Amino acid sequence: MKRLTSIQDLDALRQQIIEKRKHIRKRIRVCNGTGCHSQGSHKLVDAFVKVLEDKGLTREYMVVPTGCNGFCAAGPIVVIEPEEVFYQKVKPDRVAEIVDRSVLGGEVLEDLLYVDPTTGNRIVHEYEIPFFAKQQRIVFKDTGSNYVRDIEDYISRGGYSALAKVLSGMTPEQVIEEVKISGLRGRGGGGFPTGVKWESCRRAHGDIKYVMCNADEGDPGAYMDRSLLEGNPHQVLEGMIIGGYAIGAREGYIYVRFEYPMAVENAIWAIHQAKEYGLLGENILGTDFSLDIHVNRGAGAFICGESTALMASLEGKIGEPRGKHIHTVEKGLWNRPSNLNNVETWANVPLIINNGGAWYASIGTERSKGTKIFSLVGKINNTGLVEVAMGTPLRTIIEDIGGGIPGGKKFKAVQTGGPSGGCVPERLIDLPVDFERLKEAGSMMGSGGMIVMDEVTCMVDVARYFLNFLVEESCGKCIPCRVGVKRMHELVVDMCEGRGTPEHLTKLEELCHAIEETALCGLGKSAPNPVLSTLRYFRDEYEAHVYDKKCPAKICKPLIQYVIDVDKCTGCGACRRRCPENAIIGVNKECHVIDEEVCVRCGICIETCKFKAIYIE
Amino acid sequence: MEQMLQDVDAVIDQWGAKPESLLQIMLDVNHKFNYLPKESLLRISERLRMPINQIYSVANFFKVFSLTPRGRTMVQVCTGTACHVKGAPKLLDRVRQDLGLEPGQTTEDLALTLETVNCVGACASAPVVVISGETYSEMTPNKMAALVKEIKAKSA
Repeated sequence: MKRLTSIQDLDALRQQIIEKRKHIRKRIRVCNGTGCHSQGSHKLVDAFVKVLEDKGLTREYMVVPTGCNGFCAAGPIVVIEPEEVFYQKVKPDRVAEIVDRSVLGGEVLEDLLYVDPTTGNRIVHEYEIPFFAKQQRIVFKDTGSNYVRDIEDYISRGGYSALAKVLSGMTPEQVIEEVKISGLRGRGGGGFPTGVKWESCRRAHGDIKYVMCNADEGDPGAYMDRSLLEGNPHQVLEGMIIGGYAIGAREGYIYVRFEYPMAVENAIWAIHQAKEYGLLGENILGTDFSLDIHVNRGAGAFICGESTALMASLEGKIGEPRGKHIHTVEKGLWNRPSNLNNVETWANVPLIINNGGAWYASIGTERSKGTKIFSLVGKINNTGLVEVAMGTPLRTIIEDIGGGIPGGKKFKAVQTGGPSGGCVPERLIDLPVDFERLKEAGSMMGSGGMIVMDEVTCMVDVARYFLNFLVEESCGKCIPCRVGVKRMHELVVDMCEGRGTPEHLTKLEELCHAIEETALCGLGKSAPNPVLSTLRYFRDEYEAHVYDKKCPAKICKPLIQYVIDVDKCTGCGACRRRCPENAIIGVNKECHVIDEEVCVRCGICIETCKFKAIYIE
Repeated sequence: MEQMLQDVDAVIDQWGAKPESLLQIMLDVNHKFNYLPKESLLRISERLRMPINQIYSVANFFKVFSLTPRGRTMVQVCTGTACHVKGAPKLLDRVRQDLGLEPGQTTEDLALTLETVNCVGACASAPVVVISGETYSEMTPNKMAALVKEIKAKSA
């Protein structure tokens, strides 16, 4: 590939690519996102390629391994373009049939179609499926159709045109102004106005400045940054290059969790290709703007998602945050001005430049502009990644897009904002989701994890879960977080194990307020949130644990007991044979009993019993 | 030993002997030997001209690093929020009992190590377990028991 040396070169290349691909009649998109991959979608890619090769059809029919489609519950997903016929849960043994009958024959394979659970109808096209129809995908639009390891695919869709626009006459100040007009706010959790941050970094004193991407997506239950960086790394990279130009950086870093190996690989690969094409490195597109970007892996510390901790770890130190009397835009990495934004924030930038800040600001609510990608997971039918305009009611997300709660159970709450966030209860289901409303409800946007909980989720256990997480992840620098959160955890564990007293509740609340006011960094200050929000909406559950020694959701092991229903037990003995602890006693054809002393409440018997004869008391 | 130090040197050369490479070098060494041998840390300290106490503090701070040898097969139970509400604690209890290991422990014959991981980003397939890099989705206590049996037999 010849290095592009001017903006005209990029346009010419785009035309060449489109010309070169004219003979392609159909594209077979195979989702290779994390969800589909873990179910074997890489085998589908190989199988499709082999079938097409055997038939000598690789010129006219193209197999495209894509990034995450978003509808993870339906994986592995195959979509035939241009018709956009959507096949779900595809196994490799169906590949030859799909090629013969569907791709070549134009038929639709009924049994692989998505069935709408409310109407029972089979849906042929991707865009007709309610999960997609109710979304507004702009940032995540191409991730599921983009050929992941092909920069030309990105360019053919208009990729890097925003960079070309910036370099063909916009001053850095104009770029910053456009981002300010858009109203874009940081998608990593803080929600700080991006344009204002850039402006501060541009104005900060110093010859060397850094542009950085935070891909240390640590919030458990959130994976949109992983999917964006894995599935469409050039979009993130283009945003960073534009940001680098705006603030005046010549060097940049992408800090990725090591737990995301595919994201690391794809980011490195994208950088390599962008350099080859002259879109990154020295004299980008023949201009005098130069920028180099490196990929650094994190090493499994949640706190490193915090800006000062992230920069400390990049310097080869432990990831401890510092007080932010001086902001990182003035003194960040190596005490130099550093502009850190989250993956999703960067991915928004090319759209804003291409379509204008005013266009972007027309989406969303008064103070929260644009769209947000949420990872809709937990007790919900349509698990996956969902992009909606800011201000979309929670009900639309849970019921229309998410398809409700599995097993006919009742929706109880949704946890947002990760360990710093909180739970939004069922009675607030009409809440429009944006930065302000979530905060008012006692939670926060965070990076966009939405973990749905049903009636059999214990809210005290959820609080215990997050406290345990925070105890493990506290860096230990300040006492309120290091000791205070540990004490909170002990109090909640006591409640879950039947040792709670009324004093536990008052002490827990006192600690919450003390930690909020005194901890050093965002992680510590927000550590009480999971407790405060569950106490606010589910105080009755805490009281049931403390006063009645009962777990209403039947989760907390010391407070529950497994029992066999005398009327339903047929004495088949299946549970007795499967019980790893030999806690089930009985002879064939007679009702069995569970020895309470020996039972460890592992749940294998309930899963095994075909007669639903075992229940929890 | 000589071979090990050569390998460590190769990793350092790849990243460059500078402080900002420390985490990357340690990640590669940790991956190569499945833990951080003491000698490797001494060599890194010497070549990066960083005090050994700083390198030990980094090794202790980050969850991925181990200062003791770990098993050939890594059993990682995801304890992310989505996995938690979908039953990860039950899976973890099952593995703990069947392997006789607590999270972070390794069997004496260095065959297996049990770990928990905070979220592998496969939330849609929750609850998940990762065994030597391979993700197993939508696990149940029954499936877990069968899987543990299988890996125990394989690693024996």
